[in-house]
Amino acid sequence: MAKDRFPSPFEIETPPGAEGWQDLYPYSAPFSEDRREYEESVFWFQDSVHWGAVMTPWVSTFMEHALSSLSQYNTRHYVVPPAMGVDFRVLNGYCYLAPIAITDPEVIGGRVPEFMERAGHYFANWDQLYENWLGKIKATIAELEGVDFTPLPDREDMAVITEGRGVGSGWNLQAEYHRFKDLALKVWQLHFEFLNLGYAAYLDFFGFCKQAFPNIPDLAIARMVAGVEVDLFRPNEELKRLAQLAVDLGVTDAFAHATAAAVETQLAATDAGQKWMQAWDDAADPWFNFSAGTGFYHDDLVWNTHREVPYGFVRDYVTQIQRGEDLARPLDQLRAERNRIVSEYAALLASDDDRKAFMEKLGLAKTVFPYVENHNFYVEHWSHAVMWRKLRELGATFVKEEFLEDVDDIFLIKRDEIDEALYDMYSAWAVGGQTRGPVYWPREVARRKQILDALRDWEAPRALGKPPEVITEPFTIMLWGITNESVSNWLGAEEGSADLTGFAASPGTVEGPARVIRSADEIGELQDGEILVAPITAPSWAPVFGRIGAAVTDIGGIMSHAAIVCREYGLPAVTGTAFATREIKTGMRVRVEGGAGKVTILNDVTEAADTG
Amino acid sequence: MGASFDSQYIVRFDDYIEDHHDRVGGKNASLGTMLHAGLPVPPGFAVTTDAYATLRDHPDLVTFVADAIGGLTEDDTEGLRRASRAVRERIEAVPVADDIDTAIRTAYAELSRRCGVDDVPVAVRSSATAEDLPATSFAGQQDTYLWVRGGENVVTHVRRCWSSLFTDRAMAYRLHTGYAHTLISMSVGVQKMVEPTAAGVAFTLNPSDGDRSQIAIDASWGFGEAVASGEVTPDNFLVDKVMFEIVSRTVSPKTVEYRLTGDCVERVAVDGDRSTRCCLSDAQVKAVAALAKHAERYYGSPQDIEWAIDRHLPDGDAVVLLQSRPETVWSNKPRRSVAEPQQGLLDSIVSTLISPIHTRDKSPTVEE
Repeated sequence: MAKDRFPSPFEIETPPGAEGWQDLYPYSAPFSEDRREYEESVFWFQDSVHWGAVMTPWVSTFMEHALSSLSQYNTRHYVVPPAMGVDFRVLNGYCYLAPIAITDPEVIGGRVPEFMERAGHYFANWDQLYENWLGKIKATIAELEGVDFTPLPDREDMAVITEGRGVGSGWNLQAEYHRFKDLALKVWQLHFEFLNLGYAAYLDFFGFCKQAFPNIPDLAIARMVAGVEVDLFRPNEELKRLAQLAVDLGVTDAFAHATAAAVETQLAATDAGQKWMQAWDDAADPWFNFSAGTGFYHDDLVWNTHREVPYGFVRDYVTQIQRGEDLARPLDQLRAERNRIVSEYAALLASDDDRKAFMEKLGLAKTVFPYVENHNFYVEHWSHAVMWRKLRELGATFVKEEFLEDVDDIFLIKRDEIDEALYDMYSAWAVGGQTRGPVYWPREVARRKQILDALRDWEAPRALGKPPEVITEPFTIMLWGITNESVSNWLGAEEGSADLTGFAASPGTVEGPARVIRSADEIGELQDGEILVAPITAPSWAPVFGRIGAAVTDIGGIMSHAAIVCREYGLPAVTGTAFATREIKTGMRVRVEGGAGKVTILNDVTEAADTG
Repeated sequence: MGASFDSQYIVRFDDYIEDHHDRVGGKNASLGTMLHAGLPVPPGFAVTTDAYATLRDHPDLVTFVADAIGGLTEDDTEGLRRASRAVRERIEAVPVADDIDTAIRTAYAELSRRCGVDDVPVAVRSSATAEDLPATSFAGQQDTYLWVRGGENVVTHVRRCWSSLFTDRAMAYRLHTGYAHTLISMSVGVQKMVEPTAAGVAFTLNPSDGDRSQIAIDASWGFGEAVASGEVTPDNFLVDKVMFEIVSRTVSPKTVEYRLTGDCVERVAVDGDRSTRCCLSDAQVKAVAALAKHAERYYGSPQDIEWAIDRHLPDGDAVVLLQSRPETVWSNKPRRSVAEPQQGLLDSIVSTLISPIHTRDKSPTVEE
């Protein structure tokens, strides 16, 4: 007997040792008696697509920025007829979301003219506005790079005196932090300037295809829209180019070393090696501001700063080149294949009217798609890499003043607490007295670490509250791939079922041994031909895709980054299975049917090693 | 390609070109044309009209036929029957010219080699030429000889086809139309008998909702009769026509099959393990789908095809087309456009947002 609802947020207990977890987040983040009636009337789901693990205060900050920004475009900018924003809460350190639908047809109807005027302007001027956007996001990143968190000097520089500046380093440091905070929110405002409209145009084409061809695979639709040259693939393309250069320059031996420092020492010793390092530097900014994870977590490794990760991929590519494999993407072939798919479906339509509508909708979807595909690189990867790095610079200043023991402890301090801590640091510096910080913060950081440790293994319920009869809120469906079907799957899921279903994200059928990978630093364990089973994959895992048989994820829809990258690398993939990492153990043989969205466990070997 | 054929007397289906049309007859020409269009009918060859003409124009036979038929009228039933018997016996008895006999046997031997079977079983059937089509529609069409094996037998059955030009009804028809018996001509087709590991049907649309982007395949072990007669619940596949992805697959227990025992097709039980196994590999499913798609392109409308996987042909070429007919259920209904007339792109986006696709009924592509 399937349940008809998930637990109420108010029934969820705090895991032992995690008492006081609310202190890590703003007062508005947890569920509370103050708005219990509203909170119990809404359906919440855990956003494992973006924040599947427990959040530190700073991870939560960007979650809040993301959701507020997404929401404001629906609600205040474009007046999306059936949707307000997506509400967010933190429960036991995990992120829960509730899209707010508008259901009154009269209200919806009243919003339509405004939407058409506002969204219409964007659709009509998309290319120009997107050009502008690229300028804006790059300027914002440049501003972030310019943020200066230098520690306070013992004496003000003489220039402050001679120029009669009138303000000192203490003010500057705080002003820089305020600027950083504003820029961080700005990055996320920019992230959503186009995204909701982009998905809407894509969904319109998607809906048309599904009506014309009820059984058309989702991936066929994605294939018709997808770009051939996409910025998100560029980091990996640059690695391939550098691998070829290493072969051409004869410096491949250097990559046998396990640490980045050893690789670089050997390269620096020869002219050819120096030439290679110069080429690396030229590509590194911006392309290696690329996270090994989703970019949402500060402990995601970034290629630029954890160079052993990309050097390892270069080593793999060198091996492939030496085996005689061609790593180049056949762009003309990819374009020709896309054209074939489009023209064949067009030919199968019922009428010329349909063909005209099909081409129009496809045209708009292709216009909006570069943004949908590329924003992820500019925001989640590049901007976030810079922001995490800047926060570490601030962390270093706090370490210098003994407020923190470790640079990364900065991430355990809430954004507005940093204001207080900076003021504490500044005023004691100004007074020449004693700061409270060096006693207060290490104690507080230690307490918070214990809380996070207690929450890390907590199994967050997939959803909370009573699901609506019909999920119609378009962004729930588009961004999270959540439909009535997936919710009833969550409700009815029994342990130990042999089959998993998900999105048919990338075609092909493959059988092989599974390897369950729960985080980016485990991807080195993957063996040739294995089937990668992960909660979610990141675009930067692409270099291993050449070696594995297929990919299966718990989370993500047909347009998830995992799906986009799998299609790009011709890897069968089923995304959004919900339970793959729970049901599949490393070593089990599984069959992945990418075209049907099905994963079958072939032998449930008890001796299969459980890495989970 | 075997180059050693006497192209005057033999045209392999694979070698067929438009110029051959009049010498191989309608049926053989259509098999050759289908092969060229990517429709893999079972392999074989045509014995050309030149081979028959050599026999027909032999002075002895010309005289014999003139004597036997001279003076008969179309309503002289008894006379026609007598003449028919005499002429047919004669045609089947006269030795075939050495070069023609050799040409047929060589072509047959090559076909056997190609199939990897000694004395491959073939179907031998007449293939009428245009001018004689109405007459042979009485005669030749019936003359299909199945499971013929061995060079000697093939030559014998080719002659039986030739002699079928002189059935009493065919002669009566020619007397009626005034067409000269001595001018008629005939080609004979020799084609490999298919011995399927699995066979079935395929539609170039989804029969449950008319979706033109799909190919639906029903398949079972052995000869296609098991599927056609409904004696088994076949394995069922849905393949996307453009992406060539298997979008759904249902494997059912297939309890009986028809298979060849000696020269007989028998109905036998399928044992448990095999009955529940999928009867096609993914590659075979896709090959059948490719075949169906080609048939639809070739004929210009949705098709309902019969196909088989031949056990003797090499893996990549084992799927053969047995028959292609126009699909009639969905094709005869008017198709409904999906595009809303007069709806702009932005209106359409608004309605998409208000009514997301998964909450709508799956819309049939055909009006009720």
